[in-house]
Amino acid sequence: MKPCDYARADDAGGAVAAVAARPGAAYLAGGTNLVDHMKLGVQSPDLLVDVSRTLPAAIEELPGRGLRIGAGVRNADLAADMRVREFYPALAQALLSGASGQLRNLATTGGNLLQRTRCSYFRDPTTPCNKREPGSGCSAREGYTRYHAILGASEHCVATNPSDMAVAMLAFDAVVRVLGPNGEREIALSDLHRLPGDAPDRDTTLAHGELITAVNLPGLPIAARSAYRKVRDRASFAFALVSVAVAVDVSQGGDVDEVRIAFGGLAHKPWRATRAEDALRGQPATEAAFRAAAHAELADAQPLRDNAFKIPMATNVLVATLRDLTSTEA
Amino acid sequence: MSVATRPLGADIGRIDGPRKVTGTATYAYEHPLTDPAYVVALLSTVARGQVLRIDAREAQKLPGVLAVVTHENAPALADTDDAELAILQAPDVHFRGQIIGAIVAESLEIGQGAAALMRVEERAAEHDVRLRADHPELYAPEQVNGGGQTDTSQGDVEAGLRAAAATVDVMYATAHQHQGAMEPHTTVALWRDARLTVYESTQSVHGVRKKLSGLFGLRPEQVDVSAPFVGGGFGSKGLLHAHAVLAVMAAQAVPGRPVKLALTRRQMFTIGGHRTPTIQRLRLGADADGRLLAVSQDAWEHTSKIKEFAEQTSTAARMMYAAPNIATTHRLAPLDVPVPSWMRAPGEAPGMYALECAMDELAGTLGIDPIELRIRNDPETDPETGRPWSSRNLVACLREGAERFGWAERDPAPRSGRNGRWLVGTGVAGSTYPRYEVSGSQAQIEFGADGRYAVRIGAMDVGTGTWTSLTQVAAEALDVPVERVALEIGDTSLPFSHVPGGSAGISSWGSALYGAARAFRDQHGEDPSAGASVTAGAADNPAADAYSMHAFGAHFAEVRVDADTGEVRVPRMLGVFAVGRVVNPRTARSQLIGGMTFGLSMALHEEVVMDERLGAIVTANLADYHVASNADVGDLEAAWIDELDPHVNPMGTKGIGEIGIVGSAAAIANAVFHATGLRVRDLPITPDKLLGAG
Repeated sequence: MKPCDYARADDAGGAVAAVAARPGAAYLAGGTNLVDHMKLGVQSPDLLVDVSRTLPAAIEELPGRGLRIGAGVRNADLAADMRVREFYPALAQALLSGASGQLRNLATTGGNLLQRTRCSYFRDPTTPCNKREPGSGCSAREGYTRYHAILGASEHCVATNPSDMAVAMLAFDAVVRVLGPNGEREIALSDLHRLPGDAPDRDTTLAHGELITAVNLPGLPIAARSAYRKVRDRASFAFALVSVAVAVDVSQGGDVDEVRIAFGGLAHKPWRATRAEDALRGQPATEAAFRAAAHAELADAQPLRDNAFKIPMATNVLVATLRDLTSTEA
Repeated sequence: MSVATRPLGADIGRIDGPRKVTGTATYAYEHPLTDPAYVVALLSTVARGQVLRIDAREAQKLPGVLAVVTHENAPALADTDDAELAILQAPDVHFRGQIIGAIVAESLEIGQGAAALMRVEERAAEHDVRLRADHPELYAPEQVNGGGQTDTSQGDVEAGLRAAAATVDVMYATAHQHQGAMEPHTTVALWRDARLTVYESTQSVHGVRKKLSGLFGLRPEQVDVSAPFVGGGFGSKGLLHAHAVLAVMAAQAVPGRPVKLALTRRQMFTIGGHRTPTIQRLRLGADADGRLLAVSQDAWEHTSKIKEFAEQTSTAARMMYAAPNIATTHRLAPLDVPVPSWMRAPGEAPGMYALECAMDELAGTLGIDPIELRIRNDPETDPETGRPWSSRNLVACLREGAERFGWAERDPAPRSGRNGRWLVGTGVAGSTYPRYEVSGSQAQIEFGADGRYAVRIGAMDVGTGTWTSLTQVAAEALDVPVERVALEIGDTSLPFSHVPGGSAGISSWGSALYGAARAFRDQHGEDPSAGASVTAGAADNPAADAYSMHAFGAHFAEVRVDADTGEVRVPRMLGVFAVGRVVNPRTARSQLIGGMTFGLSMALHEEVVMDERLGAIVTANLADYHVASNADVGDLEAAWIDELDPHVNPMGTKGIGEIGIVGSAAAIANAVFHATGLRVRDLPITPDKLLGAG
């Protein structure tokens, strides 16, 4: 671990100014990801600007029944919030399926959105990795790829985004509020995370110095009928092989009126399954239609040596989640 | 709750419990020492080759760096026969993650910062880390771990198979595993005035003294080793590993100053030993009534090229069931991998997984209940040696377990149980573990002015409860209440004692305590005066060569498999054991359910994954190397039958540290088959392997 400077910001503006001024500076919130990476030698910031007491830590109601979640809200508190549990159950379930109780007590909403891939090679500085060291090559592509991407990957990077929370938020059209050196802006969550392309070192579209201050969840009646399923190698404290957040409305006649689907564990970013949504809208809520929707989304999947199972697994878990949601409605 | 009137068998809470829960039990890294320096180990990043050049100039410029130790300046070791321990004697690299140097610094952070500034140039040679049953360099070791024969053959297996009404001929595979003790491998060393003081996280203080004194050309008395508390070993701390050698070299580089080295979790995966992956071929043949005519088990394993470790995978098949024709083999592939070593129930754990799954497959083929099949093949005498059993109660365990588990209500048809989205199944497997006892341990008993007996023996508590159970044994041997025994263990100032390997701790140490107690009473009577003292060891056991001595058990498991995702859950497990006398039911239960959890984890989760191109472990942390979490473990019940074995030792104990894991993975795998109709023959049984179950 390299020595580094540490500063505590009094307010968000000061934090942004401090980080923007130093190319090697990084924000420190819960520290559950960054500190790990500093110990492993994956990241070596020369200045830590502690925003754990600076970031807004409240959950406020927005007009139209939406929620504004302060970036400093801890994962455990967000999962326990009655409004989240009632109106966005998939989000509460996603949060509780992630990490451990201790980590959820520390990890923040903003930090969760920015957590970096669990690719084994990314986390081992003795192996080449384009994300950690641009231009050094991708060790994973021809290597151990059980947890790697089948959608949207590139020859430079096949890593997956590890967040559960972001998957549920993506299904609900969340908007991320960002403070930068030039003021505030809002980014649709779907535009926050990038596909790797030829610059896998860049996980997001944020510029250096930009700080996530809040996440807005729009009021979304369908979100109250949502669920999150996560398939993993053990029952707790494991990253997703495949996960899915689903919200669905079925008409009196048994057709799918509206549906929201996002996958985790399949791509470099949380994956909004718009093809599956389009395929399902207006269709009868039957197992065959659910399966066809999954196939539509996964038609272009490109599995690697170890992860072809993700195609049937993602298909099955989407079908099962839709089945559960629509049968409890009936 | 029944309260035993005798010390032996009493349900007593851990004597060291208060110290542990208040954080005052000192583990190796925690001993308060003045002004310690810190050691950071440097590891190789090629799987085979050489360190060509080490440039430490930048690292040495960092304020607070005290020394950099590499093969260029390390002291020559007095004994280099053990290539795992003969570190820094040459630039050669034999596996990725081998120790190639150390930084000694004023703080851990400075040491880590200096490590990042080291410029090391390595030349990579071609390497091979892939075990396969057709590896061109396969060889038969001279013997297997524990001293057993490499190959055995009784009768004619081929003829037995030809004559059989039903046969099974299947290949199984088990994963490369890591012991995963919570406390990392740790050495604190002080070199002063030609004396070496070591605080080591070890399963054997006297073993550490012997190895280190030999390596560094010291007399054993020049080396003091202390380990009063150890945070788990599971075999990984039974034999000395290279980190301790590095720490002593570092201590010699800063004489007079204590140095502290704790391996990182990642480093533990290549330095602390591991369980070899196995490939196994099981062939069974039986007549129409289910009587075995042939049992054949062939095992392929890896070993490191620099040091052989031959796990005894097939040995349990030699004695488990009665058959006129039994053959077993072991073959090793020498690879450029870290040095494999002991991991809880080496041999029996992977070997009995395969044998007990094959028995389940045979039962299915024959249409005979798997418990009944095992009962029909229970041997009168040890099939391997012909000796009578000192006691054998496998059948009693199976029957008791069947009763408790509700086996009679089971529909034997695969896929017959369903509960919503869950496919539900149950499975059974047998278990066995040899009763080892290592002679040569000594114990001292001294009567104090306070009316208590000081009982001193260089035994260990690796978290199993030795502080408590050995106190009970001593009280029983002396015929006094436990409160009148003051046990001292975990230090080389105490009489010599052997490593608690092979579940032999209580048996070996307890026999020594009995010998010492008898000698004490012979010399000093029932009413000794203060200061009366005796040092003695165990009396010879005349039964040792007359009987075959083994513990037995039966595992039962219920599993649920998600029909959509293939995820396996284990709502309940039951183990019933015949392990001789149980010294303390509370700590015994902990060991047994701990072993059962180990087996569950082996069945469903654990796998060290090697990247064959890099020769690197890519799951070298506890996030990627999955061990069962609390949420994976359901209702666990461990029970034992009353087994009085007069032959094994004065206590009647057979050892309980390992039998809990043996066969438990098979019970789960058999239950998964019963639930799904899918026979997964390579561990771990991960969700992707059961996706077709729905």
